[in-house]
Amino acid sequence: MYPSAFTYYRAGSVQEALKLLMENPDAKLLAGGHSLIPAMKLRLASPPALIDISRVPELAGIRDRGDRIVIGATTRYDDIQRSELVRQVLPILPEAIEVIGDLQVRNMGTIGGALAHADPAADLPAVVLALGAELTAFGPDGERTIPADQFFVDLFTTALQPNEILTEISFPKPPAHTGMSYQKFANPASGYAVVGAAAVVTLGDDGKVAAVRVGVTGAGPYAVRRQNVEQALTGQEPTAAAIEAASQLASEGMTFNSDIFASDEYRAHLTRVFVKRALTAAIERARG
Amino acid sequence: MAVTKLFGAPIKRREDPRLITGRGNFTDHIRLPGTLVMAIKRSPHAHARIVRIDTSKARVMRGVVAVYTGQDLIDKLAPVPCAWLVPDSDLKVPTYRAVAVDKVRYVGDAVAVVVAEDRYVAQDALEAIEVEYEPLPAVVDQEKALEAGAPQLYEEVPNNLAFHWKLHSGDFDAAWKEAEVRLSRRLINHRLIPTAMEPRGALAAYNPGTGELTIWCTSQNPHIHRLLLSAVTGLPETRIRVIATDVGGGFGSKIPMYAGEMIAAALSRDLGRPIKWIETRQENYVATIHGRDHVQYVDIAAQRDGTITGVRVRAYANLGAYLSTAAPGIPTWLFGLMLQGPYAIPVIHCDVFGVLTNTTPTDAYRGAGRPEATYLLERMVDLLARELRMDPVEIRRKNFIPKDRFPYTAPSGLVYDSGDYEATLNRALELVDYDNLRHQQAELRQQGRYIGIGFSTYVEVCGLAPSQAAGAMGFQGGLWESAIVRVHPTGKVTVFTGSNPHGQGEETTFAQLVADELGVPFEDVEVIHGDTEMVPFGMGTYGSRSTAVGGAALVAACRKVKEKAQRIAAHLLEVAPEDVVFENGRFFVKGAPDRGMTIQEVALQAYLAWKLPRDIEPGLEATHFWDPTNNTFPFGCHICVVEVDPETGKVTFLQYVAVDDVGNVINPMIVDGQVHGGIAQGLAQAVYEYAAYDANGQLLSASLMDYAIPKASMLPSFSVDRTVTPTPVNPMGVKGAGETGTIASTPAVVNAVIDALAPFGIEHIDIPLTPERIWRAVLERSR
Repeated sequence: MYPSAFTYYRAGSVQEALKLLMENPDAKLLAGGHSLIPAMKLRLASPPALIDISRVPELAGIRDRGDRIVIGATTRYDDIQRSELVRQVLPILPEAIEVIGDLQVRNMGTIGGALAHADPAADLPAVVLALGAELTAFGPDGERTIPADQFFVDLFTTALQPNEILTEISFPKPPAHTGMSYQKFANPASGYAVVGAAAVVTLGDDGKVAAVRVGVTGAGPYAVRRQNVEQALTGQEPTAAAIEAASQLASEGMTFNSDIFASDEYRAHLTRVFVKRALTAAIERARG
Repeated sequence: MAVTKLFGAPIKRREDPRLITGRGNFTDHIRLPGTLVMAIKRSPHAHARIVRIDTSKARVMRGVVAVYTGQDLIDKLAPVPCAWLVPDSDLKVPTYRAVAVDKVRYVGDAVAVVVAEDRYVAQDALEAIEVEYEPLPAVVDQEKALEAGAPQLYEEVPNNLAFHWKLHSGDFDAAWKEAEVRLSRRLINHRLIPTAMEPRGALAAYNPGTGELTIWCTSQNPHIHRLLLSAVTGLPETRIRVIATDVGGGFGSKIPMYAGEMIAAALSRDLGRPIKWIETRQENYVATIHGRDHVQYVDIAAQRDGTITGVRVRAYANLGAYLSTAAPGIPTWLFGLMLQGPYAIPVIHCDVFGVLTNTTPTDAYRGAGRPEATYLLERMVDLLARELRMDPVEIRRKNFIPKDRFPYTAPSGLVYDSGDYEATLNRALELVDYDNLRHQQAELRQQGRYIGIGFSTYVEVCGLAPSQAAGAMGFQGGLWESAIVRVHPTGKVTVFTGSNPHGQGEETTFAQLVADELGVPFEDVEVIHGDTEMVPFGMGTYGSRSTAVGGAALVAACRKVKEKAQRIAAHLLEVAPEDVVFENGRFFVKGAPDRGMTIQEVALQAYLAWKLPRDIEPGLEATHFWDPTNNTFPFGCHICVVEVDPETGKVTFLQYVAVDDVGNVINPMIVDGQVHGGIAQGLAQAVYEYAAYDANGQLLSASLMDYAIPKASMLPSFSVDRTVTPTPVNPMGVKGAGETGTIASTPAVVNAVIDALAPFGIEHIDIPLTPERIWRAVLERSR
């Protein structure tokens, strides 16, 4: 409850934030603070300095860029959840945000903060994987784009370099006949995902699966895509049996977390079950 | 002039406006000039020898005023007291130092104390204290702690056995031999963490000029704390003032005398400055008591027709590393005496082994012993019904103590005051539409959906009393309650109660009682509690005793006030006292209602004293110490309906019906609230909450991220109803209502889940019924 002393900086621009970050290499960026501040209060993290980027104007907001929707990194959960554009085009985002924390958390927490923090049990990592998002990082060498598939590297570890700032997340607009769903088995204590599965499915004119992406969070040390499930289902008639068979592959080749609430074996089982449930709901919605 | 009867009225709680607008008077809200803060360094080891403590770095930090180790405090504080010395049990009370001296015995044991100018500096200083430990093997499980070769916590407690308590009533061996059906089971009643919203804390202010100690603290029983603080600090009881006006929940966890409050008191005296200590939630989870934690071996003897002829229990109670204030009484008297439940079981045979382990000490947690007894019995009754292929309703009817047998002397020796158990069962069956529900269940099973119906018919002992019984049980205090009723010259009334409500709503309930008794407006009654300087004596709030015992004290004091007022009125009206009638706050001459005066007018005359006869002293107030003749025994029937998803093991609540009988009800809205909260906590034991230790004694569920207290979204909507069987034990006919929900609900939920899983051949799963445990049970049976 009582963090160590630290220096607080507030950045007015991304440039200034980067400059502060270069000058204070052990500093942490502060956006919504709903993961960082509790860790500091428990002294699990004791950064000597915080650089507050929550008031940098260009980092927040939701923009329609033709074939993509771009969400600024410090856009708060609640603003995403309320966005009509997001509701229309990327309904899986509000569906997932609905089950993040509580209203107070959603009023403060930011999409970029959640992704950069890469908590193994956070919800949105599965969703950005399933949507095939791209993440933009700004560093001393300028901007670079990181596909979601390459972003989550390990427990609390992303592809971001220590001197890079996540600035925005860009989502391709899905084609017609696309359905998407996020299904979560929440820990009754923390509300975090024991297992969360996101599925985005596009059906062809023949009713068969034209494209599918599946992301899983909570189960292992970091969120992962489940290409084996996707391959098994692509080109198939999406029958209950086909979904079941594909979902059985969901736990293959993964490492699973184990804690007092759920063992690795149970998490593997839940992964199969929740991938199945996410696929089933997504396909139902794709059929519209 | 109050003419409406307030007894039975659902009046909104008068304490709520201040509480919900942030104007409560909690310990941490109190600010005194010159206050220093205190922080406690705690052991990260469950069992270790302290080799060396180096406080030199911490002492020289800027803002640090003092650092103390256990050695520094030996002369300033007596050991933490145990005040329930259960007789005839070979009880051993090992020395419990407020700050450990040579050895730590659980994760969270205090090893050093910092006093500093602010809390942040104190935290830095805690980190700067170096403690060298020699880790020792730890033991967490109470059965393992009794095994030969187990790590020993104390030289003076062989085999870690603190006591062996026995209650043998009737000949169980004969009952077992003659039984047509015998059932044996090992049951777990797992450890819980009380998790009051407000953690514990204290602000101790010793005045070196007067030698007085004032301590604001989170207490359910300020007068008991005054007495115990006197005993441990050596200050006279008359120089100690304990204030606990607003307390943010306790559930039993704020009954004991703890190290933290004791240290704050001693250090304020040592440094001559106010000392504030407030627990963090992490501290609260390791350093405030835990509850439950039994392993029980149960044998049930019965006839083929379902009649239960005997119960034998061998229970191993995990007491943690030290004996907390009331710890020995909880798994013994409050557990063993209730093992017959609401059933006419003639033979009870109970042995309880109290075991010390390297875990946080355990003590009273809401229900305290009675949930452990009720869960055991209700689970076994369901297992017996299953064995005999009887409906769980029928087996309960078969064994109920019939309503014409009250007062009923149970084999444990308790005398149940009043009851009509079948009436609550019948009403609950009606509310859930039982027959229809069983049809639905059968139909849904055809569709592969699994719903279950679970029963819990219970009786519990509360309104804890009388003092003679307390003495016989080794409780180091009385179990009366005190009240002062003071009518002011303006007719306004102040009442002082020794109860200390901290969420139970007695500021409202008591005002209702007094307004009715004296015939004054509800608004004119002020209820004062939680300050030993205002209320001279009291025993406090626990064991669902405040209204049944504290309320009765108030009513008795009101009646003394009325008697005096009647004599004054008679004198002023120039008639004999027996010719005066009191109605709706007015005294008048029998047969001449026009000739009278209000109680407010009488009060004014009592203080003016211009016209009082010499044999009536001025003033209008009375004190009463109420010591009941018995406890009260509320009872009821809870029915829970769940659906279980066999694919994930997740339990969904479909319905929850509670029909309780707590005698007469003063404020039904408040009783409903107590029942709701109680169900939430008991239901949570069934499916959500559990304190988990690893084998080395590390608490794994050490935060709210891991320990699942129930949120509103995790609970069903409760249907609450009542029958009314008044108790003869107090003038209001009320029974305790604070713990019934917790006591009843755990087995109702568990029985429902097991009923849902019947098609899989599952007859028992140990609690907590987490999704993974249910999934595994289904998986095993499906293989």
